[in-house]
Amino acid sequence: MENLVLQALSGLASASSLFLVASGLTVIFGVSRVVNFAHGSFYMLGAYLAYTFVTQLPRGHLGFWGGVLGAALLVGLIGLVVEVLLLRRIYRAPELFQLLATFGVVLIVQELTQMVWGAQDLLGPRAPGLRGSTEVFGLRFPLYELFLIGVGPVVLGLLLLLFHRTRWGTLVRAATQDREMVGALGVNQRMLFTSVFFLGSLLAGLGGALQLPRESVNLHMDLSIITEAFVVVVVGGLGSLTGAALAALLIGELHAFGILIVPKITLVLVFLVMALVLVVRPHGLLGKPEVAARGGQGSAEPMIGPAPAALRWLALAVLALAVVVPPFLGDYAISVLTELATAVLFAASLHLIMGPGGMASFGHAAYFGLGAYGAALAAQWLGAPMLAGLALAPVAAGVFGLVFGYFCVRLSGVYAAMLTLAFAQIAWSVAFQWVEVTGGDNGILGVWPDAWAAPKLVFYYLALALCIGATLLLRRVVHAPFGYALRAQRDSALRAEAIGIDAFRTRWLGFALAAAAAGIAGGLFAYGKGSVFPTFMGIPRSVDALLMVLLGGVQTLSGPIIGALAFTGLQEQLVRLTDLWRLILGVVIVALVLFFPQGLAGAVRARWEARHGDA
Amino acid sequence: MLQVTGLSAYYGRAHILDDVALEVGAGEVVVLLGRNGAGKSTTMKAIMGLVPPAAGSVRFAGTEIAGREPFEIARLGLGYVPEERRIFTGLSVMENLDVGRRPATAGLRPWTPERLFALFPSLGAMQDRPGGRMSGGEQQMLTIARTLMGNPRLILLDEPSEGLAPVVIERMAEAIRALKAEGLSILLSEQNLHFAQLVSDRATIIEKGRIRWSGSIAALLEADEVREQYLSV
Ligand SMILES: Nc1ncnc2c1ncn2[C@@H]1O[C@H](COP(=O)(O)OP(=O)(O)OP(=O)(O)O)[C@@H](O)[C@H]1O
Ligand SMILES: [Mg+2]
Repeated sequence: MENLVLQALSGLASASSLFLVASGLTVIFGVSRVVNFAHGSFYMLGAYLAYTFVTQLPRGHLGFWGGVLGAALLVGLIGLVVEVLLLRRIYRAPELFQLLATFGVVLIVQELTQMVWGAQDLLGPRAPGLRGSTEVFGLRFPLYELFLIGVGPVVLGLLLLLFHRTRWGTLVRAATQDREMVGALGVNQRMLFTSVFFLGSLLAGLGGALQLPRESVNLHMDLSIITEAFVVVVVGGLGSLTGAALAALLIGELHAFGILIVPKITLVLVFLVMALVLVVRPHGLLGKPEVAARGGQGSAEPMIGPAPAALRWLALAVLALAVVVPPFLGDYAISVLTELATAVLFAASLHLIMGPGGMASFGHAAYFGLGAYGAALAAQWLGAPMLAGLALAPVAAGVFGLVFGYFCVRLSGVYAAMLTLAFAQIAWSVAFQWVEVTGGDNGILGVWPDAWAAPKLVFYYLALALCIGATLLLRRVVHAPFGYALRAQRDSALRAEAIGIDAFRTRWLGFALAAAAAGIAGGLFAYGKGSVFPTFMGIPRSVDALLMVLLGGVQTLSGPIIGALAFTGLQEQLVRLTDLWRLILGVVIVALVLFFPQGLAGAVRARWEARHGDA
Repeated sequence: MLQVTGLSAYYGRAHILDDVALEVGAGEVVVLLGRNGAGKSTTMKAIMGLVPPAAGSVRFAGTEIAGREPFEIARLGLGYVPEERRIFTGLSVMENLDVGRRPATAGLRPWTPERLFALFPSLGAMQDRPGGRMSGGEQQMLTIARTLMGNPRLILLDEPSEGLAPVVIERMAEAIRALKAEGLSILLSEQNLHFAQLVSDRATIIEKGRIRWSGSIAALLEADEVREQYLSV
């Protein structure tokens, strides 16, 4: 009983912190419709800056609280700069581009933070005056936690006052519903967006700064808080402040009690609740259905035609090189080529979902990882030979694709992206937390090919054959009746239904098919590397896949292939040349979104069409 | 006050407006008439900068505004009342008015909520009601009142009579005449000739994105073949 009360209280304290971050995220989304990945980075920056301020400033109340507030304010200003330099330019871009661009910021901030503060965890001082503990219901409870419990409701109250009692708040609420109309009434939306961004970032910074006396400051804070904040915001309903408060309470308590009931899988529990809420209420607890985005200038997507002859010859030439050259290469180069082959299939499978399918996925790595783990677990626990493992990979990924896809393909836009992300995080946390079976963070080692395929070259040819074969198969699918159905439902679900296409089933099967294909890539990758790790399913890997597809361009079938080759090649070079590759990758992502929104293949094609005259 | 010449606009690749020209003098009410899909709303959006004009000139009070952003155009004194009304449904009547509020314009009596409630009495009786819980007629009045809070010199009024009951239409016509009496210029878009002739000085007819006819209301009432060709359904 006592334990339960304490647990409930500490749940409230986490809920409070979570709310600070989530409230900023949801307010920013409300007006700008941008799901800001970098919000977690602002939280992390808040903690690091507070650490520096508090340890540099004189000790005592002024030093501590001044440091915390100063950090929050500075983070607000940093957010403002990011908005002005980046987000302002991409408000009209497709959602995935926005997510991707803000993820680029995440990478940049991560690298810069590490450069400034180093990689080791930092421990801040305790809050003056709130060091000890106190009696609550006859139980000892830390004072600082009690203070945090109070902060959440106070901030909620202040925000509600701000939004309902000031003209600025009225404008923000109006813009949340119809920003174009607000502009037509003479309001400078840019100033409004920038100020909202300042406020939201400040709240994230405050949330981070207030963690200082509670936990160590480290470089993982950004992604761990952002996934939880996403969950809170999505469960509460994107854009809803009170929804975020409710959801923060729910998630905070779920964490606290989840640890008592199922200590291993609290993360899974959290994401399951999110999935459940979204299935029952597709717009979250208090969210409103999204009005068809006003002012968006969607141009019709060009039809995907067969590859032009020149391109086909080029592809054949590359393929011939890929077959003929490797015997003359060393083992290292051959493993890189093997990786390239799996990357091509991985990207092509995501492209099926995004391009012809018209769906959003921010968690495609789940299926790559499920394939890898399927193969590795079969090898580890069943002693399965390699070919059996490779056969199991697409089955495992495909089955989960069916299960997860059943929920994901019902949603659209941001919510779909968030749900795919949530499922990927479930898969990731199972791999990470179920140590007995998956080895947790240490992964599963010794997943080597059978003796006949042990030479790198033989395994390379096997991987090449399977990846090219599966990629070609995916291309066939796009031009088969199923592919037409897929595109028809993307262009207009209503019209597709009218000609007898079951839109839901088409999307669902398309999703599962892509998952299975990603599973093949994952299985090959596992045997190629000889090991699997939870990072195979992590957010960064999902982003890799997105980058490959977007780098190449969504509108063309050759796009993902070019993108995969370009991305993997680039990464390979960067990792070897510099340890700043995250920084460079982040800059590349941001530049890509800003300057090549159609991807490389799209840009090349635009030039081609300009030169050869567009009929 | 407002001169539009050679205006053309696209939605994606679809060419919607072609060489549109029209003019509204100071204190004048001009009606843009045309059937469904003729391009009336697009003309207004292009003037307001909500649809980027691809070519042509839009001069307002001596300033070229083509290519400017909507909020700048609004600040110059051009008010826009959209066809879909676009009330902020989560905001109360008073808050909706507050969003539209802008400083007074020289030479015009500044609008206050009190004056607007005198113009549209039913709004005064529901100041705290959320915009989402109002009837169509009430929303139409609110959207006009909201734009007037910006103290515009000219308003673009897109089909204000659409979907309203005859009694409400009568009241709307009175309100428009009252606005004209205040010295406001108005560009009205309509399909309803009966309503238009109650309030307008001149008419311009648009069909398939081109201007087909311009003249006084009296001349239009004389020109049976013009009405026959472009306005009858
Ligand atoms: N957002 C849009 N995208 C593409 N085409 C559009 C869009 N809005 C309008 N159109 C097309 O532009 C043309 C002109 O439309 P517009 O709304 O200006 O007509 P309107 O005269 O206002 O008609 P109504 O009386 O129905 O309001 C129509 O053919 C319409 O189908
Ligand atoms: Mg119209």
